[in-house]
Parts: sequence; structure tokens; C-alpha cells
Amino acid sequence: MTSTLNAVVIETPEGVRFSLPLAGVVARFLAWVIDVLAISTICGVIGKLLGLFGWLSADGVTGLTLLSYFVVTIGYGIGFEWYWHGQTPGKRALSLKVLDANGLKLQASQIAVRNLMRSLDSLPGLYLIGGLAALFSKRHQRLGDMVANTIVVQQQKLVLPDLLRLNLDEKFNSLAAVPHLAARLRQQINSELVEVAYQALLRRDELTPEVKLEVFRLLADRFRALVKFPDEITTALTDERYVRNALQIALTSGGLRGARSTR
Amino acid sequence: MILDLSRFLKSERPYWDELNKLLDEIDSDRFVQLNLQQVTRLEYLYQRAASGLARLSTFSAEPRTTEFLQSLVARAYAECHPNRAAAQRFRPWQWLVRTFPQTFRKHVRAFALAGALTFVGAAFGWGVIALDKDAKSVIMPFSGLMQTPAERVKQEETAKGDRLKGVKGAFSAQLMTNNIRVSLLTFAAGATWGVGTTLLLFYNGVILGAVAVDYVYGGQTLFLLGWLLPHGVIEIPAILVAGQAGFVLASALIGWGESSTRRARLRSILPDVLTLAGGFAVMLVWAGIVEAFISQYHYPVLPYGWKISLGVIELAGLILFLTRAGRT
Repeated sequence: MTSTLNAVVIETPEGVRFSLPLAGVVARFLAWVIDVLAISTICGVIGKLLGLFGWLSADGVTGLTLLSYFVVTIGYGIGFEWYWHGQTPGKRALSLKVLDANGLKLQASQIAVRNLMRSLDSLPGLYLIGGLAALFSKRHQRLGDMVANTIVVQQQKLVLPDLLRLNLDEKFNSLAAVPHLAARLRQQINSELVEVAYQALLRRDELTPEVKLEVFRLLADRFRALVKFPDEITTALTDERYVRNALQIALTSGGLRGARSTR
Repeated sequence: MILDLSRFLKSERPYWDELNKLLDEIDSDRFVQLNLQQVTRLEYLYQRAASGLARLSTFSAEPRTTEFLQSLVARAYAECHPNRAAAQRFRPWQWLVRTFPQTFRKHVRAFALAGALTFVGAAFGWGVIALDKDAKSVIMPFSGLMQTPAERVKQEETAKGDRLKGVKGAFSAQLMTNNIRVSLLTFAAGATWGVGTTLLLFYNGVILGAVAVDYVYGGQTLFLLGWLLPHGVIEIPAILVAGQAGFVLASALIGWGESSTRRARLRSILPDVLTLAGGFAVMLVWAGIVEAFISQYHYPVLPYGWKISLGVIELAGLILFLTRAGRT
């Protein structure tokens, strides 16, 4: 396991590496504010409910109210993080999640200890000790996280890009007629250009004809600048077709026929 | 390795969708139990996704698919790889009468250190007040302890009616929560390599020694014993257990003579410090009840001999419990 600036990189026993993006101090503070509001609300509701039994014993109700406030304050984080797999309402609202620092399943003892350590992290007020520790820690850990070996990560709603919608498995691609240039294009292309070309092709129907022409002209020029294909292959291609063919070269290999593609 | 991304996606996507769905099911229900077939399938899907990620990692042209697969593999990895021994069902009674005393004995040296620091603090507090009575206001900045012991005893023994009538429950709850908070801080301060725990235990000892010498030199030893013993014989050891937990934590952080990593050391002591924390919380609940309902009542309501006897019996019971319980 290694830490980059804002992520923890984990290497599995199978030799596969993946990274977990760390939550920032500000996002964690905002989540805490939401949780404080939730705790206050829960305590308020419990106080009102217990108040209904005041006629039985006012002293008993006061004692129970004090105890329940204490239990809610301590148990809120432990209970929610256990039941919601590392999330409290505040963390859920900000898409944060507590994880084991090695990417493993969170244990109940880790959850309990990281929450009990709040008594130190929250000193002298507004989580100053915990905040400073998180700010200077490589993995943005407050003291409770360091002791419990946990991290707080930013959950991302990732959607698998629908490359299949682009029909990139067409058999005919004129750029593939020159295999060594196609190989060079595949080598020189960068992920940002692929991403822009991919987005342009996906959203082509949302663009006005003038904008569409301009966007694909610019993109095609970027691709042409990477590798110069013979004129007899490219003259018949529109800019959009050029971009599509180049993207196909970038994202696929083999099986392409070098026939001139249809427009 | 050159990868045909389009073909690759076409063949792998159904497996990724299936894995995603299975992980969503696990996430949505805390108590879900997978059967053998589902576990085997989960393992297979994880292996397949991980292998896909390894292949895709060599293919830098399409980062978003890689990011998606990374998040999927990260989720599945957590489910497929165990984090220490499988969690056992929590049995509160077994925990109280077996696990807690066993854990206490396992780390008895940390308890002894906590006791020694409190004793040194008490000796310091005793010495300071014995040498300079005026230091009382500096060492014990609590209004309730400012009157002379003789004045206090007279006030308590001539009190008409029940001073705590109608507030005993609230008083008891306040004592419990306050003591547990202080003890939690004593434990958590172990994260400062034990410095915070040391200071808190020493200060606690200073107060204890100063109060004791004040009453002993004021000729009110019997009152002091009757006042403090019923709850103190549980409360003071509870704070020492909090200190013990703090020192276990500090010891794992420092790792003298240990060859394992700090993370591994902390990982191994987590269940123990948690058990000790639960133990001192239970002890402080008991102490809070006794303090509110017994300790605050003095002669002639409750004879000192009776209160001292109760304290001695409690202490003997606690010693027996911590040293004998849970031995097979």
C-alpha cells in the first residue's frame, strides 16, 4: 500500500493495483456538521418523548435523558458506521466512507475505537486536534483513524463509459490500411484526446451542424498532427469519420480491415 | 499487451454488471448471508474483474473504464479478503465475566504502571498539602472541597432531610457520564505516546492525595473512608483500567522491542483496548449508582462502619473478579 497526494494505492495479493481517493478535511468537517445537527435532533426527540413520562418520576426522566444524550453522542458514529458499512448520515450526504486503510472490510472494533478516540480528536473544540492531524497526515487521518487503521475516502459515482454505443467494432477502417502508421497512432495518442473524441462522438446529435463541423475539424487536426497518413487514404474522409477511425484505432486492435470506410 | 477494448468490453461487461449487483446487495443489507454458491460466484467475479483491471492497466488510452473497474475491484476486494479472524458473535455476559478479566490480566503491567503513576501523584498531592495548606485552592479548585473537613463533616452529619431527594437519578447519571468521559479521554490520550495518559493519571492522583491528607490531618479519617470507599473502590480502579488501555495503545504505538510494523501492532491490540474501554464503562456505571445512592449519605443516616464494610466487600469482590474470573 502506498499513498499519493490524495489517494491510497493498494496492491492486491493478485498483483492488481487500485487507488482509493481520500476525502479532504473540508468535506469531512461538513459531514461532521451534518452529523452534529442529526445528533441534536435525535437528542431533542428523545428528550420530548421521555418528557411525556415526567409524571411517573421527574428525577428518573432527567437521569434517563442525560444518559440517553450521552449514549447517542457516543453511539451515533459507532452505530451508523457499523450498520451503513462506514457511513453516517453526514458522510452519506457528502459521499464519504470509512474504510480499512488496507482496503479490507471494516471491523466492528475499528469502528468503535475510531469513534471513541473522538474524545481526544475533538479537543480543545471543533475537532482542532483531529483536524490538524488529518491536515498533516499523508492519508488525511485524524488520531482515531491512525489508531484504528482506517481512512475516509471520497466515493465516486462511476459509470462505465458506453463505448459500445459508438460501434467501434466496425470491420472497415481506412486508417488500418497502413498498419505501421496505425500502430504509431495507437502509441502516440493520449487519454485526454481519446476522452474528448469519445465525448464528441457520443454527443454529436446534440451539436448544431456548424458547431459539429468545427468540433470535428479541430479534433481531426489534433489526430492528423500525431501521425501523417497518406493523402490517398484520408482525402475522402470527412473530419468526423477521421476522428471515428482514429478512435477505433486507439481503442481496438486486430481484426480491422483496411478497406475504405463508408461515410 | 495490445487490447481490443471494444471486444473486451463486450465480453466482460456482463460479469462486471453481475458483480456490481451482488456488491450492491451486500451493501444494502447489513445482515445478508451469502450461500456457498454465491460466495464462490463472488470470488470468481472478483478474480475476473481483477484480471480485467490488470489487462486494462496496460492500456492507458481509456482511463474512465479503468477508473470504473478500479472502484469495482476495490469494493469486491474488501468483501473477498478477510480482515483478521472472522468476527465472533458478541455475547455480553461472556464478554463481561471472561473476556474482560482475561484481557485485564493480559495487560496487567500497564495497569500496574497506571496505578504507580496515580500513587506518585497522590504522594505528591499529599506532600504539597502537608507542607502548605494554602496550596489547597491551587491543587483542588473545586468549591465543594474548600471548606475545612470538620465543617464539612458537621454539615453532613447535621443535615435535615435528604439533600438529594428528587435528584438522585439525575445526579447518578451525571456522575456516570462525566466519569466515563474523563476515562475515555484518559484512554484516548494514549495516542500521544502515553504522555496525555500519564499526565491525567498523575493529576487524578494529586487530587486524591490532597483530599486524603486534608481529611486525615483534619481528624476526619473515618468520614473520608465512609465517603470515598463505597464508590471509590470501583471508580478509582476503573480510571486505572482507562489508563491501562491508554498505555496498551501507547505501547503499540511505540513498539519497543517489537519487530512488527506499527499498523500490525495497533491492529493486534484493538480488540483488547476496546474490551478494557467497555470494562471501565461498566465499572463506572456501578460506581455512579453507588456514589449517588450510598456515598452521599453519612452518619446517622448510614453508619460509617457499614459504608466502609461495603467498600471493603466491593474491593475484595473486584480483586477476586479481575484475578480469578475467566480462568478455565
